[in-house]
Amino acid sequence: MTAPLNRKQFWRLTVTGTVAFLGFWYLARLLHFSPPQFLPMPHEVLIKMIDLLHNPFAGATLPEHMLASMKRFGMGFGLAALIGVPLGLAMGWFRWLDDVVTPLFDSVRFIAPVAWVPFAALWFGTGIGGPTLIIFAGAFPPCLINAYRGARDVDIRYLEAASMLGVGSFKTISEVLFPASIPSIIAGLRIGAGLGWLSLVGAELIVASSGMGNLIVRAQSALATDTVMAGMIAIGMVGVVIDVLIRKLERILLKHRNA
Amino acid sequence: MATIQFTDVTRIFQRDGKDFLTLDQINLTVQDQEFVAIVGPSGCGKTTCMRMAAGLEFPSSGTVKVNNVVVTEPGPDRAVVFQQFALFPWKSVHENIDFGLRSKGLPKEEREKLIAHYIELMNLKGYESAYPHQLSGGMQQRVAIARAYALDPQVLLMDEPFGALDAQTRVVMQEELVRLARKNPRTVLFITHAVEEAVYLADRVVVMTSRPGKIKEILDVRSVREAEKWDRHSKIEDVMDLESFVHLRTRIWKSLREEHAGTDH
Repeated sequence: MTAPLNRKQFWRLTVTGTVAFLGFWYLARLLHFSPPQFLPMPHEVLIKMIDLLHNPFAGATLPEHMLASMKRFGMGFGLAALIGVPLGLAMGWFRWLDDVVTPLFDSVRFIAPVAWVPFAALWFGTGIGGPTLIIFAGAFPPCLINAYRGARDVDIRYLEAASMLGVGSFKTISEVLFPASIPSIIAGLRIGAGLGWLSLVGAELIVASSGMGNLIVRAQSALATDTVMAGMIAIGMVGVVIDVLIRKLERILLKHRNA
Repeated sequence: MATIQFTDVTRIFQRDGKDFLTLDQINLTVQDQEFVAIVGPSGCGKTTCMRMAAGLEFPSSGTVKVNNVVVTEPGPDRAVVFQQFALFPWKSVHENIDFGLRSKGLPKEEREKLIAHYIELMNLKGYESAYPHQLSGGMQQRVAIARAYALDPQVLLMDEPFGALDAQTRVVMQEELVRLARKNPRTVLFITHAVEEAVYLADRVVVMTSRPGKIKEILDVRSVREAEKWDRHSKIEDVMDLESFVHLRTRIWKSLREEHAGTDH
């Protein structure tokens, strides 16, 4: 990669890119590329977004749809992290557990999260259970794999020191493998959160009766392109916020380490 | 009573399908409360000897016994001070020392008393809540020694513990270790390639040959030290000036030199 640019150059290029993008967008409308109802102008999308903050669409306002999605995401992702990380670490320590779980896991993890939709809907319904399972299916593999990798890659010196001190398996996992694997675990959580969020919107397109995915698919039926686009932008924004929060968590967890 | 006993210990490494003999017929007994240093050219297997006593590696044939029991796994009765310290970077000085004590299941007050004692003894006061990366190399090694001593082990195993330190820090650490070892005698197996360090610290010095490592000779330093009253000097440089010290050092030095000459051609 080429050398990093200084702050001023960075902002100049960022603004240029954004302005050019919006420029092309307006140009497309001015040149009548597409009928107005299929391509609203950028400011119209923004106005729609603000309007959706208090005027409901498909039975709920934008924040309410967001909250519904976030709840499902929190459940599915939380479950994936809470099970995936400890299980991955334990698999990195106990050879027998590795041998029990890995063949099962490897055969299941290539089923795309969206392919879980029909099964999830049949078993857990379309309320909170079904979508939660789909997010879980998306977020679980990276959480587990990265914790496992992290545990397997721990510097042998720490494990030798722990065994010399007479530290048992549970404490070795929680006080040696876990802290040593934090960078790898966080990387897994970021990938897992991304995949989980993507899977969620996919799931809501099909099964849910609320949430961001449901909002945009209902807007599509109503030919409300501005609402579709406002919803898409909100989905992207929430994704970024989730990623920023996880990176913040990493900084808190690693505050005592040198780089 | 804590002894370390190597009986006919042989170690073979396998690489690319070929066998390499790294340790050949090691017979050595470290007596209770004796401080034995092993010196030898690099690659002679001296560290492997220590790791076998620790239960981190195992002989290909022969036995390693501590207290007449064959070593099968690592444990807090045989505390190790590693060359690269091996402190836990995510634990403070206090937590690093406490980790082993908690695993022994000692009650809180007793742990705190032990930690305070070794913090004081190793000149670490005021640094209890510091993290390893905030400390100098010498201080990190003092934490590692405090961590090992606090376990109250029957046997201490040290693998070139001062190898990563600068010359000045090294001298201070050597003096502190002598102070600790004389006040608080333990059975110690000390691995080093520094001849002066071995002569200064040990009761007996074991000289090893280059690979395959065999015991070349064992020198009794203690009788010389006691006869010549080395301990009346508190500074290492004063001891190192004594004729008896120089004589022993030169003798070991020459012995090691022969080994290097043997591997050079």
